[in-house]
Amino acid sequence: MADFVITAQSQEKAGNLIVNSLINAGVRNVLLIDSAGNVLTNCGHEEAMNIDIDAVSLAALAAASLAATSQIAQLIGEDDFSLLFHKGKNGNIHFGRIGQELILITIFGDDVSLGLIRCRVAELSDSLAEIFEG
Amino acid sequence: MALIDLSKKEVHCKIVFYGPGRCGKTTNLLYIHKAMDEKDRGKMLTIDTKGDRTLFFDLLPLNLGKISGFDIRIQLYTVPGQVMYEATRQLVLKGVDGLVFVADPLKVRQERNIESLEDLRRNLAKHNLDMDKMPLVLQYNKRDLCDTPVPTLTVEELEHDLNSTLKTASYEAIATTGVGVFDTLKEISKRTVRYVAEKHLLVKM
Repeated sequence: MADFVITAQSQEKAGNLIVNSLINAGVRNVLLIDSAGNVLTNCGHEEAMNIDIDAVSLAALAAASLAATSQIAQLIGEDDFSLLFHKGKNGNIHFGRIGQELILITIFGDDVSLGLIRCRVAELSDSLAEIFEG
Repeated sequence: MALIDLSKKEVHCKIVFYGPGRCGKTTNLLYIHKAMDEKDRGKMLTIDTKGDRTLFFDLLPLNLGKISGFDIRIQLYTVPGQVMYEATRQLVLKGVDGLVFVADPLKVRQERNIESLEDLRRNLAKHNLDMDKMPLVLQYNKRDLCDTPVPTLTVEELEHDLNSTLKTASYEAIATTGVGVFDTLKEISKRTVRYVAEKHLLVKM
């Protein structure tokens, strides 16, 4: 696993892609993290960004949760599960794998459908992987 | 795996506290959390499982100030020590940049220390990491037990068991009262930041 070096350019490119595809579709927050639990990019609606989300803890738990999910997959003979979704009362969270080492965390309300999130994350996947993993 | 953010001028490193069950890894983090100023540390994350054993991991983010204009942010993790949680230990080691091995001084735990260090070597190898080349510091914890009738290992015995080939820095500690905790943290932070910085030629240290 190589170290990640983020430049202002890659940060801006990824941020623009995420805003156009997910934030403009009504998603509250999007975090792009690596599988070691580091936050690469954190985007969100202005109101959502004012709510204090502990991004460091969220990233560490998400990375661990997806890693544990991948172990569960292997126990039932699958290579991996590529996504994970939790439904809450007011908010939902979707975790999707991007390339080999990245995870996209999407936090959204009931006004956005899960289907749309899944489509948009799938569309974003290759472009984000290209930016950070080349 | 360090994360270097050139746009925000931040370096993020991951340091894992490893060691056999009940050697005091979480106690180290709790003491650091308690002793450090709130502005220099984040929230301590402990996954709440019943009982006092770590079943997944604990996390404590720290800010260590600036080096060459870069903000140094360190994330301290612990692993569950019990032998059966090997899969979890392997997950937490993903992307590690530095290691503290905490050893238990009880005579009855002598074998457990050696097994745990070997387990660390094996688990690192699964991530294609070589323990001999990584920043690693040893901590001989619970030295206060030496003043009690409980049979304990001497520092010489611990050095012989764990450090005869590694030949790295080792510190005596009493994590409950903080003795040696910051010495260990200082040394491993220094080594880890140097390791990451030199790898990316951010600065020659």
